[in-house]
Amino acid sequence: MNESVFVTQKMTSSFADGWHIWGWEVSLYLFLGGLTAGILILSAMSLLKKKEELPVSSKLAILWAPIFLSLGMFFLFLDLTNKINVLRFYMTFHVTSVMSWGSWILLVIYPVSILLLLSVMQEGYPGIYKFIRKNLEPLVHGKLLKVFDLLVDFSIKKRDAIAKIAIPSGIALGIYTGILLSAFNARPLWNSAILGPLFLVSGISTGTAFVLLLSSGKERKLLLSVDSKLILTEIFILFLFFIGQITGGAQRRDAVMILFKGDILAPIFWIFVVFTGLLLPLILEWLEERGIEVPQKLQPLFVLAGGLALRIVLVEGAFILRELSTKALL
Amino acid sequence: MALKVNRREFIKITGAGIGGAAVAGGVGKVAYGLIKGDSGDDVITRVPTFCEMCTFQCAGWAYTKNGKPWKIVGNELDEHCYGRLCTKGTSGFGIYNDPDRLKTPLIRTSERGKQVFREATWDEALTYIADKLKEIKETYGPESVAMFSHGSGGSWFKTLLKAYGTTDFVAPSYANCRGPREEAYMNTYGEAIESPERTDMKNSKCIVLIGSHIGENTHSQQVNEFAQALRNGASLIVVDPRFSIAASKAKYWLPIKPGTDLALLLAWINVIIYEELYDKDYVRRYTKGFEELKKAVKDNTPEWAYPITTISPDVIRETAREMAKHKPSTLIHPGRHNVWYGDDTQRVRAGAILNALLGSWGRKGGFFIPESAELPEWPIPAYPKPKRSFKDTEAGQKYQLANLAISAGVCAATVHGVTGEAERAFYEGWFIYGCNVLKSMPQRENTIKALQNLSLVVVIDVLPTEITGWADVVLPDTSYLERYDDIRHSQGRTPQIALRSPVFEPRYNSKPAWWIARELAYKMGLGDYFPWKDVEEYLDFKLKKIGSSLDEMKRLGVKNLERTTPLYIGKNEDYKFPTDSGKIELYSETLKNFGFDPVPVYRRHDEPEGGYYRLLYGRSASHSFARTINNPILSELDPENEVWVNPIVAIEWGLKNGQYVRLENQDGVVSNKVKVRVTERIRPDSVYMVHGFGSTAKNLRRAFGKGADDQELMTRILVDPIMGGQGMHGNFVTFRV
Amino acid sequence: MDNKIKYAMVIDTKLCVGCGACVVACKTENEVPEGRSRVWVVEEVSGVYPKLSMEIRSERCNHCTNAPCVSACPTGASHYHKSSENLVLVDSKKCTGCKACMAACPYDARFTMPEGYVTKCTFCLHRIEKGENPACMSVCPARAIHFGDLNDSNSEVSVLLKSRKFKVLQPEAGTQPNVYYLV
Repeated sequence: MNESVFVTQKMTSSFADGWHIWGWEVSLYLFLGGLTAGILILSAMSLLKKKEELPVSSKLAILWAPIFLSLGMFFLFLDLTNKINVLRFYMTFHVTSVMSWGSWILLVIYPVSILLLLSVMQEGYPGIYKFIRKNLEPLVHGKLLKVFDLLVDFSIKKRDAIAKIAIPSGIALGIYTGILLSAFNARPLWNSAILGPLFLVSGISTGTAFVLLLSSGKERKLLLSVDSKLILTEIFILFLFFIGQITGGAQRRDAVMILFKGDILAPIFWIFVVFTGLLLPLILEWLEERGIEVPQKLQPLFVLAGGLALRIVLVEGAFILRELSTKALL
Repeated sequence: MALKVNRREFIKITGAGIGGAAVAGGVGKVAYGLIKGDSGDDVITRVPTFCEMCTFQCAGWAYTKNGKPWKIVGNELDEHCYGRLCTKGTSGFGIYNDPDRLKTPLIRTSERGKQVFREATWDEALTYIADKLKEIKETYGPESVAMFSHGSGGSWFKTLLKAYGTTDFVAPSYANCRGPREEAYMNTYGEAIESPERTDMKNSKCIVLIGSHIGENTHSQQVNEFAQALRNGASLIVVDPRFSIAASKAKYWLPIKPGTDLALLLAWINVIIYEELYDKDYVRRYTKGFEELKKAVKDNTPEWAYPITTISPDVIRETAREMAKHKPSTLIHPGRHNVWYGDDTQRVRAGAILNALLGSWGRKGGFFIPESAELPEWPIPAYPKPKRSFKDTEAGQKYQLANLAISAGVCAATVHGVTGEAERAFYEGWFIYGCNVLKSMPQRENTIKALQNLSLVVVIDVLPTEITGWADVVLPDTSYLERYDDIRHSQGRTPQIALRSPVFEPRYNSKPAWWIARELAYKMGLGDYFPWKDVEEYLDFKLKKIGSSLDEMKRLGVKNLERTTPLYIGKNEDYKFPTDSGKIELYSETLKNFGFDPVPVYRRHDEPEGGYYRLLYGRSASHSFARTINNPILSELDPENEVWVNPIVAIEWGLKNGQYVRLENQDGVVSNKVKVRVTERIRPDSVYMVHGFGSTAKNLRRAFGKGADDQELMTRILVDPIMGGQGMHGNFVTFRV
Repeated sequence: MDNKIKYAMVIDTKLCVGCGACVVACKTENEVPEGRSRVWVVEEVSGVYPKLSMEIRSERCNHCTNAPCVSACPTGASHYHKSSENLVLVDSKKCTGCKACMAACPYDARFTMPEGYVTKCTFCLHRIEKGENPACMSVCPARAIHFGDLNDSNSEVSVLLKSRKFKVLQPEAGTQPNVYYLV
């Protein structure tokens, strides 16, 4: 039997303060980041396709990109333990730091998603459009309104170009949410280059699911089939991830086992990620295709919950593994 | 307020030897050696002290930063610690900072055993005690008061009680810890080992540890010298049923079956004698009874010992030869906590005999000849002569070879009374100083019975430990960091003196031990025995008599004096041992005359039956048993004990690492819940746990209910017939999952 | 690089008794608050009773030459001390508490202070600047801890690493740690 124990306590029981790394805030942030990426990519692609049957995807969904992004950044801010120094993120750029890349990518996403939103606002959200104009008018002798109108004109004129920038930006954001984890070699659970693509696909899938919630009719049908393909892709990537981990040495193998048979995380993983997050949505889509009626909101909600659960188990899992414990090799 | 001094000025101050250059942070104390802090604004002071986290009394410097506790580091001059305090000593400020400390005198308002007290003024509390003591003296005689003491401050109360008329001072550390060792060496060499041990370990070329777990026992001097010997390539032989820290460093680890160490020792003696590996000149010159010894161990061959100890004859021979190879720099370490199986004096004596055969006593790498500084006493009136003492109790009569009072005997005499005077108890009053007797003595029910029989129980302590619940009056002592105590002048290679001076003013309404004892003396009309103005005058007087002064000691902390005798026995020296025969007694006439084996004889001890495991116990490097379990720093490092279980046993019982179980002993006593540690470090026939946990004192908020108390499971005590030691290794436990 | 110091700690596992004095000495010296520790002790037991071996290690920040915490830090709060090629420090004035460095450290040597910023072992820079040894080294009763400059081939640590067998923790992580364990 091999045994490895802390002779002086560290990270456990009365000694737990200060050792916490990331928890639900970061999981939510990664989830919302992926969701934003998904919405952005989907909106940009449907705008470029110029298909009339995608009204929600092309004109409405994009409003949520900056909202979810802001929410995500809020949760990231919540996680900072030394909030007073938050502006330090933008006083420097560290090329080796994924976190630094991420903070700047987030800043790029804002103008792109807002410009994309402005380009469709008159059609998608005429009420909001009017409301903004009305309220800007009296400010600074109407100069702000002028700027707004200029921006709207610009975004409509350059809509395709903006959409073409939005797609790679969204992909960068989606991949970043995965790479943020996989860049840490120290955490065997994350030690896989596949996390980037996995989080990207999962992000697009949750983005699609979110748009699904808002759409109906033909668009819904189309999105449903897109989402099924994304889910299948995600299952395939997840499979690759696990194969990679299991064959990637003892540490990485032991690490993923926490998802397969750990005390707390394994149930979350099997129920919310695998079953209701991936398999059940596929089944529901299959049923719907065959004309069997299922509640319309069920499928996308399961996908969204699955996306969140995936991030929770991957973030938490890495840290549960930190505690030294007896490895009984009997 | 504080005075800032930069580094250059500091050097000037200390260099010129001017004491008292500045007044330190807020506590109105004269501070020596103001030091510049890291940030230019920090005001740093340091004050000399010696430690009280255990009773080893290592000297150190207590530092404050901006008037607040900072750190305590060892004094480089000190031979107790070589400038390196242990885990506990370094955590000393924990006791000063402990919010659970006793804060004011308390007087009982309910029956004993409950922590129901009212707060009292010092005057009330001391008057209460003085009146009670007067009553006891008049009714039963002053000899009816005994004192349990385990701490430096106890000396002031000893003066008080001697003046009152009693000399029955009990240290549980005798009958419950190291008594057998002292008696074994007394009976062999005419001198005891004492504390700190006279072992010349740093020069040893071969060290033999028998159940002694240096490393887990962190007495700094011992660890320092142990490591130094290892660094110099000493050969280490460790006999232990548990894979101890020391065992993991050993060249030879002998995973002996518990309770059979004496058989192994006799086999070693047999090999050393019959292979003629002993120091012939030393044995001829200094010992007596070699031929008798030789005859007595004739049959104790390694082959004889093998089935008993489970140690193969080859290993026994090889290790014996290893010891002989390095003689006389081979140290059969006498250990410290020796009360195991009731034949402990004999077992330790076997080690003492082995040391004699190897010629290591009085030789480099074996045992040095210790010296301690002679300090004159402040002139006081002669103490009254007690008419009776512990020697007259049943236990005192029964264990005539015991040189100190036996804790269990005092308990018994508090219940049963004097031989021939059975109608009343021998003791009526107890003083308990710095010593949680409910945790430091097994068979708690006997202690409690005694406590219930007393008409006065006074507890002087820093923390609200279990024993305070049984006191009539609780007096809050200061921590050692808030008081002076008498000069330390313990034995060692160099006669040394060390000063404990206060870092802070007493916190809360606590008072230093010297003050309490003196005030009580005033109240009892015994002020003549404390004639000094204050403790500083007392200390200064004593120090000046030996050419130092309080001022000098405040600067030095520790002072080395000159030895007057050589450190070792000289070559061919005609050395006389303080025994009856003047020689090392390999064969003891004294023991024979008292009806004991003149040469140790192995006798079998009980073994656990199916489903039961021998309860072994030891210590955590982070704790001085129960004394430190509430320390804010140390309780973080090691908050609770675990029961060590061999994987084979774990499988049998379905025990998982980290799960909580209870242990039940052979008499049906069930422990508090305790965490399982499944580990190969313990034999499958035994379980192990660290002693001191499982506190039942609710007011010790960090320690209460954490882990299990090994001691409550020790209901079967194997008494040493020679000196009354209480062997505690004879208890067996099973699991209650 | 050449004239910079390469601080290294060499810890003798053959002498270390795992007493934890280093843990407390560090805690008091650096006023590390409750629940946190810059130094900790690990024991590793292998084998089957009675054929056993045990390694005891006093562990802390490894002050890696290729420190992932420094790379991971988005603000430059985690940095190398100017005079050294490997002494990793944290500038609390730049630290946001994003904990990327904590996630990046394979040794889990970092933690957050109650004030929010991240901290860890500094090799007692404030002491070494004064020519003293790190607190953990000064207290070690076994004298198992050695400290010095590996770029000085005559330093005690260099000599020890030349004459004794040693290992580092998680060499596969590629961090080039500078706490060496004599085995």
